Amino acid sequence: MGNRPLLRYSLRNMKPPTLASPKGPRRRAIPSRKGLASSKIVVAGDQGVKVCRSVTIMAPAERLYAFWRNIENLPRIIKHAVNITARSDIESHWSVSAPPGGHRVEWDALIINEEPGKMIAWRSTENSEIPNAGTVRFEPAPGDEGTEVTVNLEYNPPGGKTGALLAKLSGEEGGQQVAEALRCFKALIEAGEIPTTDGQPVGAPQRKHHK
Amino acid sequence: MKAVCWMGKKHMEVQEVDDPRILNPRDCIVRITSTAICGSDLHLYDGYIPTMEKGDILGHEFMGEVVEIGPEVKKLQVGDRVVVPFTISCGGCFHCSRQQWSCCDNTNPNAALADTLYGFSGAALYGYSHMMGGYAGGQAQYARVPFADVGPIKIESDLPDDKVLFLSDIFPTGYMAAENCNIERGRSVVAVWGCGPVGQFAIRSAFMLGAAKVIAIDNEPERLRMAEEAGAITLNDDDGDILDRIKALTGGRGPDAAIDAVGMEAHGSAYDNVKQALKLENDRPYALRQAMRAVRKGGTLSIPGVYSGFIDKVPFGAAFGKGVTMKMGQTHTQRYLRPLLDMIEQDQIDPSFVITHRVPLTKAPEAYETFAKKQDGCIKVVLDPAA
Repeated sequence: MGNRPLLRYSLRNMKPPTLASPKGPRRRAIPSRKGLASSKIVVAGDQGVKVCRSVTIMAPAERLYAFWRNIENLPRIIKHAVNITARSDIESHWSVSAPPGGHRVEWDALIINEEPGKMIAWRSTENSEIPNAGTVRFEPAPGDEGTEVTVNLEYNPPGGKTGALLAKLSGEEGGQQVAEALRCFKALIEAGEIPTTDGQPVGAPQRKHHK
Repeated sequence: MKAVCWMGKKHMEVQEVDDPRILNPRDCIVRITSTAICGSDLHLYDGYIPTMEKGDILGHEFMGEVVEIGPEVKKLQVGDRVVVPFTISCGGCFHCSRQQWSCCDNTNPNAALADTLYGFSGAALYGYSHMMGGYAGGQAQYARVPFADVGPIKIESDLPDDKVLFLSDIFPTGYMAAENCNIERGRSVVAVWGCGPVGQFAIRSAFMLGAAKVIAIDNEPERLRMAEEAGAITLNDDDGDILDRIKALTGGRGPDAAIDAVGMEAHGSAYDNVKQALKLENDRPYALRQAMRAVRKGGTLSIPGVYSGFIDKVPFGAAFGKGVTMKMGQTHTQRYLRPLLDMIEQDQIDPSFVITHRVPLTKAPEAYETFAKKQDGCIKVVLDPAA
């Protein structure tokens, strides 16, 4: 299943992660200007995997932003075993099981830009196992009916191009994971829970596999 | 508990499985008092629906008593008697807010799979493949019902199960099929392909909505007789050219609306039988082709019959050339529960007319076979989980 990208976007929409802040009235001053400058080479342009996924959620942008800005909320919408520890208001430590082989990879992430209620941008710090950078934007949907949440992510996959291919085949590719996280985010906000069948009754022979 | 499990093509088994439990805060558990086999279950039985796994619990037409509720369930209480619609909907998404319940965004845990095949995933369904959510179904003694405040309708009168059970699927499905025909009271002519349970309810619903004439097409005498009892003019497909006969019955103009209540396993086309057997075609659209050609210019084609994949030789030019409107899809069941229950309570219809067979749940595998082969005049099977 799922060994194709779920959605294809036109180049127009494939904005690379914006590491510098777009113009905006409520733009937040980021403490480390040095970090910002060097962040442009976190993922070299021609090497990284680029992902852009979007979902519309029937809730105001401020609420969605507030959920996402509290980084420790994110494991609730990521089905993978992931540990995220906030180390300060803008720094967090990530630990995720990654393909191939499912060994744990770790990195530190830094919020490098944000506009309350609108956008959060981050990048990994130096010496990360998976160098990555991304943005999440919250924009009112047409007719102000909900909010379009768009994630742009760029990362260097473990194992390079082969690793990326293996990940894709096993459904663990970044785009699939971002799409799934956005889907869970939407369900949690709109439905109050993430749908599941884990733990429901099932007949043999599946029963044996389950326990 | 006992449950009917899919074990492969034409192989159902009643197994002893774990009782369901609350998994999410908006779940409830229902002790099932009546459950049924749907015509669409035969697509599973015949192995035409992808992403089934051996051991999957079947069934999406069931009702019973609430025996446990999750912490976020507000409208139901333990002891309530409920009918459960087959579409699982969250109540909070874009589509639910538009009453498009079968298009719910948030109930399919395997939505990525449906996205890949269909572009987007619809609402999850009970007991109807992993692509449709993989939820255990209701041909069992108990079922877990997610989003319990959104789906189940409470039955507060003392109407017997037989009269309200089919609110779960076939009555709303037949009704929506007729509603989609834009019937003009006293003027419209509707032709219905397939006089199985959904066709029967579509025929009766078309009359309730004011159709002047309903033409019913099938090739099973018992089914045609049941359609005739509802007031339909019946045509046996085995008796020669359907299109000519329909034209003759409609003053040469054709019916204002055509309903395909047959779906992907229509009989009558050797071409499709061969292609489907060779896996070159998922579905056999024999009835759809007829309906598409028979419907009048500017008419409506309403499709409650289930299709799952690709179909060949569909006369799309006919539909285009005549400016036909097509309406289709899984039923927005929740939209119809209250109004149709009111009609039952006011004695405008008694849905139990369609039941031909009652058997204990433990005899479900045999009942599937009888139903699939249309033996013994079988039109609708109700299973008793307690017997």
